[in-house]
Amino acid sequence: MSKLQNVGQQVLDWVDDRFPLTATWKAHVSEYYAPKNFNFWYFFGSLALLVLVIQIVTGIFLTMNYKPDGSLIPGTNVSVAFASVEYIMRDVAGGWIIRYMHSTGASMFFVVVYLHMFRGLIYGSYQKPRELVWVFGTLVFLILMAEAFLGYLLPWGQMSFWGAQVIVNLFASIPVIGPDLSVFIRGDFVVSDATLNRFFALHVIAVPLVLLALVVAHLVALHEVGSNNPDGVEIKKLKDPKTGIPLDGIPFHPYYTVKDILGVAVFLVVFSLVVFFFPNVFGYFLEDNNFIPADPLKTPPHIAPVWYFTPFYAILRAVPSFLGTQVWGVLAMGAAVVVIAFLPWLDRSPVKSIRYRGPIYKTALVLFIIAFIGLGILGALPPTNLRTIVSQILSVVYFAFFFGMPWYSKMDKTLPVPERVTDSTLGRQMRFLALFALTLVLSAVFAWVI
Amino acid sequence: MKSNIKKWLAAASLALAPLAALASEGGVHLDRAPNLLRDPVSLQRGAQTFANYCLSCHGALSMRYNRLQDLGLSEAQIKANLMFAADKIGEPMRVSMAAADGKAWFGATPPDLSVIARARGADWLYTYLRTFYRDDSRPTGWNNLVFDKVGMPHVLWELQGQQVPVYETVKNHETGKEEQHLTSLKLEKPGLLTRVADDGGFDQTEYNTRVAELVNYLVYMGEPAKVKREQIGYAVLLFLLFILVPISYFLKKEYWRDVH
Repeated sequence: MSKLQNVGQQVLDWVDDRFPLTATWKAHVSEYYAPKNFNFWYFFGSLALLVLVIQIVTGIFLTMNYKPDGSLIPGTNVSVAFASVEYIMRDVAGGWIIRYMHSTGASMFFVVVYLHMFRGLIYGSYQKPRELVWVFGTLVFLILMAEAFLGYLLPWGQMSFWGAQVIVNLFASIPVIGPDLSVFIRGDFVVSDATLNRFFALHVIAVPLVLLALVVAHLVALHEVGSNNPDGVEIKKLKDPKTGIPLDGIPFHPYYTVKDILGVAVFLVVFSLVVFFFPNVFGYFLEDNNFIPADPLKTPPHIAPVWYFTPFYAILRAVPSFLGTQVWGVLAMGAAVVVIAFLPWLDRSPVKSIRYRGPIYKTALVLFIIAFIGLGILGALPPTNLRTIVSQILSVVYFAFFFGMPWYSKMDKTLPVPERVTDSTLGRQMRFLALFALTLVLSAVFAWVI
Repeated sequence: MKSNIKKWLAAASLALAPLAALASEGGVHLDRAPNLLRDPVSLQRGAQTFANYCLSCHGALSMRYNRLQDLGLSEAQIKANLMFAADKIGEPMRVSMAAADGKAWFGATPPDLSVIARARGADWLYTYLRTFYRDDSRPTGWNNLVFDKVGMPHVLWELQGQQVPVYETVKNHETGKEEQHLTSLKLEKPGLLTRVADDGGFDQTEYNTRVAELVNYLVYMGEPAKVKREQIGYAVLLFLLFILVPISYFLKKEYWRDVH
């Protein structure tokens, strides 16, 4: 051992005597044994972490130049906040790339989180003993939605303003306390400078702190119970008698660190395509109307939320008001998110993975995907009679997937689960690609017809 | 040669308009605006049209005069030809008219145009600026095909001339009554950039080109970094596709050789 290595070891020993540095590294990275059969779907957890870092770093630099000030610049109808965003886009060195990374990151966060959640759904990753991993994950999703909503107000464009107006008014529909609650949230009787300032504070400090804490809890809980895998086999059941290492486990580092680097590289290709060539993504990532400064006197003809909220927005609109209140739609929208957290106790199937599930569950899952994507498309469009009826049907399908699960998951015929994990086969990959293509085509056809 | 190409582009864009047209809110078809973003001379002329015709009522608060150097102009040229309402080259393009006056004169404060192209889109602006027509029922005497009852008068009328609406009588099948439908616009009096064509009609090619240049300037002003953004984008993609992705692919393959 060279002298330098010796010194390094001594420093490390000194630290380890006082802080579990090596132990933590081993427990969570170099001696965390993950199943060796992770597939495509397992990239999205680490990618969500990457996007979180992108959002925090770009967010810090945006905060240095953004001004949360809703007052108008004298002699114009442009607010200081709106102008400060354009100042970042033009006069701040590298400002446009920082801002586009942040706006693209917001949408990509939801892309990877939705795919990550879908992975949990198809491989039963929420089942015992991973209930808390799932519950923490659902909370991360909920907090992420709050973070995105708060951040969307900051550019202070027409969609920022009126989107916030619509969502805060939802709270006003709660009986008795609603009207006061909505004033409390806004800090004013309408969305105003006071609202902008508090949303800025919440977006930049409060909510990110909660988000980070939940992400840590999500990962600690995961590493306590170990990762699930596409077969839903518990790898800890079969260990090497000599070393105590799971037979189907490989250390996260270096195997999954190098694999995730590949995932990151491919993800960055998609991310860069958006940032450098299609930052608006045809009005879906950055809405056209949001380039018009907020005007409290001019309601836009069609207020649509950003694409990642549209499935839940469609559920909100699908529920009619009765007993003289609109609160039911709000409750349904809330329930649509909260119900996800209860999956571990709704699913009564003896198997985890879709690979060993029977036809009933597979049919239910396909219907659920149709409902979710369908609602997503409907939520982005202005309502018509037909669209409202279709939204209502799809909302019922959405909830039926969850509330029917205790029965249909138990009834379903399952296949025997193998002892050891299996490799992906070409047949499976082809079926996956075919299903993916079919989903895209059907979504496009649906969007065209509706 | 260059102006020929532009004329051809403008003519082609007109010919292709029905194919490329998209329905706007009002159901009016939008003509496709030619993309001249990489043509500095046309952008310079667009900036000039903007300074001469738009800036008296509209501001462009996020656009500083000295940024026009992007278009290949020198500070001296900018000061001499484009700066009417500012003293210092680093100042933004402010409007000299007060917002309250604008509201009193036009019914609404003329919007800031810094990012108007991002809100409306080039095609909408290109069509809007070419479809003003005489309408005596409006306070300004002008109306517009894509923006009905617009508060803005036809500022470019001396370039285009005056268009009048052409109506067609259509029978409404539900009510059985005859209705007047505005089907197209006809140029009645030519302007400085429109002239009588060989077939007796009016040739608007030169006016269309001028509007296209103005719209391209607005698109440039909406996002001055756009051309640079795409240039950097190609470099980033080349790096990712030919260096980072292959290296990480082979690294993964190498590490995973002993996993069976």
